[in-house]
Amino acid sequence: MKQLRYDLILIALLLLLSAAAWLLLRPRGEGAVAVVTVDGAEAGRYPLSEDRTVWIESPGGYNLLTIAGGAAAVTEADCGDHTCVRTGEIRLDGQSIICLPHKVVITVEGGEADGVDLSAH
Amino acid sequence: METKHLTRLGLLTALALALSWAESTIPLSVSVPGVKLGLPNLVVVFALYRLGRREAWLLSLVRVALVAATFGNAFSLWYSLAGAVLSLLGMTALKAWGRLSPLGVSVAGGVLHNLGQILVAMAVLDSGAVLAFLPMLLLSGTVAGVCVGAAGGILVRRIRL
Ligand SMILES: [Zn+2]
Repeated sequence: MKQLRYDLILIALLLLLSAAAWLLLRPRGEGAVAVVTVDGAEAGRYPLSEDRTVWIESPGGYNLLTIAGGAAAVTEADCGDHTCVRTGEIRLDGQSIICLPHKVVITVEGGEADGVDLSAH
Repeated sequence: METKHLTRLGLLTALALALSWAESTIPLSVSVPGVKLGLPNLVVVFALYRLGRREAWLLSLVRVALVAATFGNAFSLWYSLAGAVLSLLGMTALKAWGRLSPLGVSVAGGVLHNLGQILVAMAVLDSGAVLAFLPMLLLSGTVAGVCVGAAGGILVRRIRL
């Protein structure tokens, strides 16, 4: 039963680590722009305040980015797993939609409003 | 390797493959790229304790290759491979250390599996955005590891091959 004690210590440590990582990396408020990168290079930034659809071409295929009501979502894609579509809407600073097969990352950033947010806290 | 031994290994590999397929049909945590329950790890942990280190590695790597060839793709191969190798490295080291039971070893394996995948995703995407998924990956790896490890521990104790 001594082994079980070490098991519990490991599990407790990992849960603590998850909590710490969450505190460190959690979204810090409303975002302002959706930044699109394809294969590590920035392909565009779009304010969340303006509704629009963006056709994202990548070597692997396409992703259709829809910005509506202050949130961004991939509504259509021809990747195999559709993880990007199932992620749903993102609107908070730091949230991301990732399409691994197409190497497409859409991240919400605080943009202009960021500095105001920080001083308010 | 004697025939009986080889048969056991083949049987377990088939079981691991079946579990991989089963988990691919469960739409769990689909919003997080790369997250899986890690059901096949059950068989790997069992093999590690019942057959040996070499057999566990062989089984796990053959499973990754077969999954990629049957219902995965060349692309998902690298994620699975990174996860599998990191998880195997950690599990063999921790088993040799001897302080953890199969439950603890399986938990470490689950978390390292997710960690390996997140590292490959960061490299492939050339982006730190994946890090936002780290807390969820750590948590899901731990919880899945506990479930898989509890079941694996029972199997290791009860089943004699
Ligand atoms: Zn996708």
